[in-house]
Amino acid sequence: MIARGIGKTVKSGNRDLVILRDIDLAVDSGEALAIVGASGSGKSTLLAILAGLDTPSAGSVELEGENLFALDEDARAELRGRAVGFVFQSFQLLPALSALENVMLPLELAGRRDAETQAREVLARVGLSERLDHAPKHLSGGEQQRVALARAFVARPKLLLADEPTGSLDAEAGREVIALLFDLNRATGTTLVMVTHDESLASRCDRTVRLEAGRIAP
Amino acid sequence: MKQSLRMLARDWRAGELQVLAAALVIAVASVTSVAFFADRVGQALVRDAHQLLGADLVLASDHPWKKSIADEITRRGLARAEALSFISMASKGEGNARRSKLAGVKAVSDNYPLRGTLRTAPAPGAPDAPAAHGPAQGSVWLDEQLVAALGAPVGSTIRLGRAELTVAAVLTLEPERGASFFNIAPRLMMNLADVPATGLVQTGSRVHYSLYAAGPPDRIRSFEKFVRPRLERGQHVDDLETGRPQVRASIERAQRFLGLTALLAAILAGVAIALGTRRFVERHLDGCAVMRCLGATQNRLLALYGGEFLALGLAACAAGCVAGYGAQEALAGALAGLLQATLPAPTPLPAAQGFLVGLVLLLGFALPPLVQLRNVPALRVIRRESGAPRGGALAVYALGLGSLAALLVWQAGDLRLGAYVTGGFGVAVAVFYAAAWLALRAASSAPVARLAGANSTALRYGLTNLRRHARGNAIQIASLALGLTAVLLLGFTRNDLVDAWRRAAPPDAPNRFVLGIQPGELAPVKAFFASRGVDVPEIYPMVRGRLVAVDGKPVSAEDFEGERAKRLVEREFNLSYADDMPGHNQLAAGRWWTKGGDAHQLSVEQGIASTLGWKLGDALTFTVGGQSFTGRITSLRKLRWDSMKVNFFVIAPPALLESMPTSYITAFRVAPDRERAMQALTQRFPNLTVVDVGAAVRQAQGVIDQLITAVQFVFLFALGAGVLVLYSALVSTEDERRREAAVMRVYGASRAQVAGSQRVEFLAMGLVAGVLATAGAAVIGQLLAQRVFDLDLPPSPMLLVAGPLAGLLLLSLNAWLSSRRVLRASPALTLREE
Repeated sequence: MIARGIGKTVKSGNRDLVILRDIDLAVDSGEALAIVGASGSGKSTLLAILAGLDTPSAGSVELEGENLFALDEDARAELRGRAVGFVFQSFQLLPALSALENVMLPLELAGRRDAETQAREVLARVGLSERLDHAPKHLSGGEQQRVALARAFVARPKLLLADEPTGSLDAEAGREVIALLFDLNRATGTTLVMVTHDESLASRCDRTVRLEAGRIAP
Repeated sequence: MKQSLRMLARDWRAGELQVLAAALVIAVASVTSVAFFADRVGQALVRDAHQLLGADLVLASDHPWKKSIADEITRRGLARAEALSFISMASKGEGNARRSKLAGVKAVSDNYPLRGTLRTAPAPGAPDAPAAHGPAQGSVWLDEQLVAALGAPVGSTIRLGRAELTVAAVLTLEPERGASFFNIAPRLMMNLADVPATGLVQTGSRVHYSLYAAGPPDRIRSFEKFVRPRLERGQHVDDLETGRPQVRASIERAQRFLGLTALLAAILAGVAIALGTRRFVERHLDGCAVMRCLGATQNRLLALYGGEFLALGLAACAAGCVAGYGAQEALAGALAGLLQATLPAPTPLPAAQGFLVGLVLLLGFALPPLVQLRNVPALRVIRRESGAPRGGALAVYALGLGSLAALLVWQAGDLRLGAYVTGGFGVAVAVFYAAAWLALRAASSAPVARLAGANSTALRYGLTNLRRHARGNAIQIASLALGLTAVLLLGFTRNDLVDAWRRAAPPDAPNRFVLGIQPGELAPVKAFFASRGVDVPEIYPMVRGRLVAVDGKPVSAEDFEGERAKRLVEREFNLSYADDMPGHNQLAAGRWWTKGGDAHQLSVEQGIASTLGWKLGDALTFTVGGQSFTGRITSLRKLRWDSMKVNFFVIAPPALLESMPTSYITAFRVAPDRERAMQALTQRFPNLTVVDVGAAVRQAQGVIDQLITAVQFVFLFALGAGVLVLYSALVSTEDERRREAAVMRVYGASRAQVAGSQRVEFLAMGLVAGVLATAGAAVIGQLLAQRVFDLDLPPSPMLLVAGPLAGLLLLSLNAWLSSRRVLRASPALTLREE
């Protein structure tokens, strides 16, 4: 994944507010990259742009050899479905679906017939074989994030984007989730881009990029 | 579609769809039960109206029917009956004791009537009962007037022409009695086979020949097509469309009531569906954002949710149809006695109608919010505040509402009624929303808040919340007001409308017409009434004239298309003259003349004007006994035919008509214990013709009562839909309120403060919704009464009190229930569910 000259400016009242400027970033296949920075430094905005969820005011992002912003929103969605997995701070599980169904969802959307088998397998790897039919609200925070991890890995994405994956968890649950995340990352050879403000977590990645006031700190 | 069905199953299991499905099922159930019931009642109405005719089709002639026509009825597998009518003197006794009276003789075949029943009593005033068939050979039935006039009780013998016949019963009701006011002479009914023995029907006798046919509607229609081109001069076909405007007016009014009710149910259902879908969409915004992250395109999302809703819609429509059928079946069963008629089986059309209505409601009310779902930004997974998408659904709303409007007009079967209801609905929504928004701003304005805020945190928070949620609250108030309007309209205005309808044909409607009062008899007749303690009725001059020209061009029946128009033109008109418009008439267009103004003016009933294509300014020329006169139409009047009062199609200023040969006519009510006084009237003034329309009045009132009963039941369903809207509106903001309450409690608000602030907010909303709904129900009620039903509806003081009170009570109950739920849940759990 290669990002070139990314800038993001939004209107605030009648003046422009610069959130990101001149971000150049290249992530090699299989590499784990941490993006760290203080609150408000633009970490989450950068992640959203790398994922094609938000559009930059300037610059381009190349993913799998395709320029993300030369595609329309629907084509970006298809590319995401094919190549990108997500883990969010707030889990983002669908409340109406069981753990198993949440994990099946990306495969079902891709029209895969083996959705259930695959989902069961990944849920077993994250240690949730016994909780397949539980609704998210009946799972602990750590368990919910493990379901989210299973959902992120089940479609075997080339790129995994994680936004403060331990931000909503206590220390113990956070450690478990991170251990799993790196295990799965290694086992599948997925490229990982993780936004965090946790320096110890960042130090487990291959490389760390620090954002300060919308720029990459030297 | 498979994925849609999976989503449907999952959302169903999670309890996300139950309220929406219930809304849809109740909607379709109410629409179909209304439609099923209306279909059956409608069929029954047509059948019962046929009972007034005595058949499905009546052929009338002033000379005998050709055998080929009579045989054709039987050949086509239709039931056939025959009758002869003529006027003849009936007598009883001999010599000095001999009493005679001119009787309207009707000789009927054994199977008469084919529709409806004859009723007879063993003696005047005794309870009557239906008779299986007409009088047996050798016997006659006399009506009460004739029994009294001849002094011929049941068992005695009377003479008619050369025949002697036994009085077998007192005739109390016959189908065709309502058909014409001018069954002038009292009725004598006999068997057709006895006619030759009387020797009364000779060549040249004035006899009326009737052929009756009854059978399946398609055969009746095809026979009618066969016979119409073969009619000779002096022959015509009687069906529901001809004559008897008073019965037709009642049926039309009932159909409007039914149509209106179906409309209300459909619209209310739509509102409930819109509210339910809005809640569904709000709860699925996050899920959709996640699915977009996982690669679902916008169209894929729309197809998935569209498919889910379509599947839900079809299932709910099917369930609704079954429920609707069951409901109307139970209803018809429970009300069999009250309905005074067995209802025919329903046709399958209402089920199709139910599916169509359900799917169009989904299209109009569920699709627009769903379309917004596809526009959820994927960014929402990272930034919650990316929020719900807005707009973009206008075109879909327009399409959906357009189809709904078309559907409503179709349901109403009446463009004007459909337009009133859809237009009224649109205006009401806009006005309710704007008024609610303004009221919320005012209630939470700085001065009010200062005034209230000093003492109570709950009050301050409640009032502030009103403004903070102004948009959502205004939507909720508008929905509540809409639901409440329906409930009030159906709960209060309905009763007023029904009362007004009953008043249109009151129980004290006239039951006697007196015709042929000569100018010289006016004073003595009035004196006669006064001396017998009967209120002197209004007496109207009547001039019989034939229409000869319109705008100087001669007219004849051939100039007109419709059967009714042809007959109106062929007949003599009953004209009248007056300085002032009769009190029970209403000016519809033009101006009534001033006394002493231009004499050459005419005022015409608007119905006949539209039938004959007359308009204001047209000059009509009539001849009266060789003299002719011309007048211009300067006003159109609206008449109430079901009032049973004396009505005239054409009225002129006295200066134009008073020189013409005039007799007088009046209508009044005779209480049963004053019947004898009326006999004295005919003895004192033997030239007067007294027409007893009591039977016709009773029949018309029976029909009206039956219609009112049917309509009232149908209202219950629309009422149910209204209640459902109220429920949907109340739960629509529950999630948000629960979250807020949880946050308030986390930050240290006491239970009392949370409950108090919700109560303040709810009560203010209840009051606003109640006031708006009261205004809405009053305005819509007046519009309906005046523009659609032609009824006078006095404003109801009860409504003014009950409307706002209902709003307050409903929302206090809701505040209590809602705060119980909110306070029972632990704030931590509520917030974690986020």
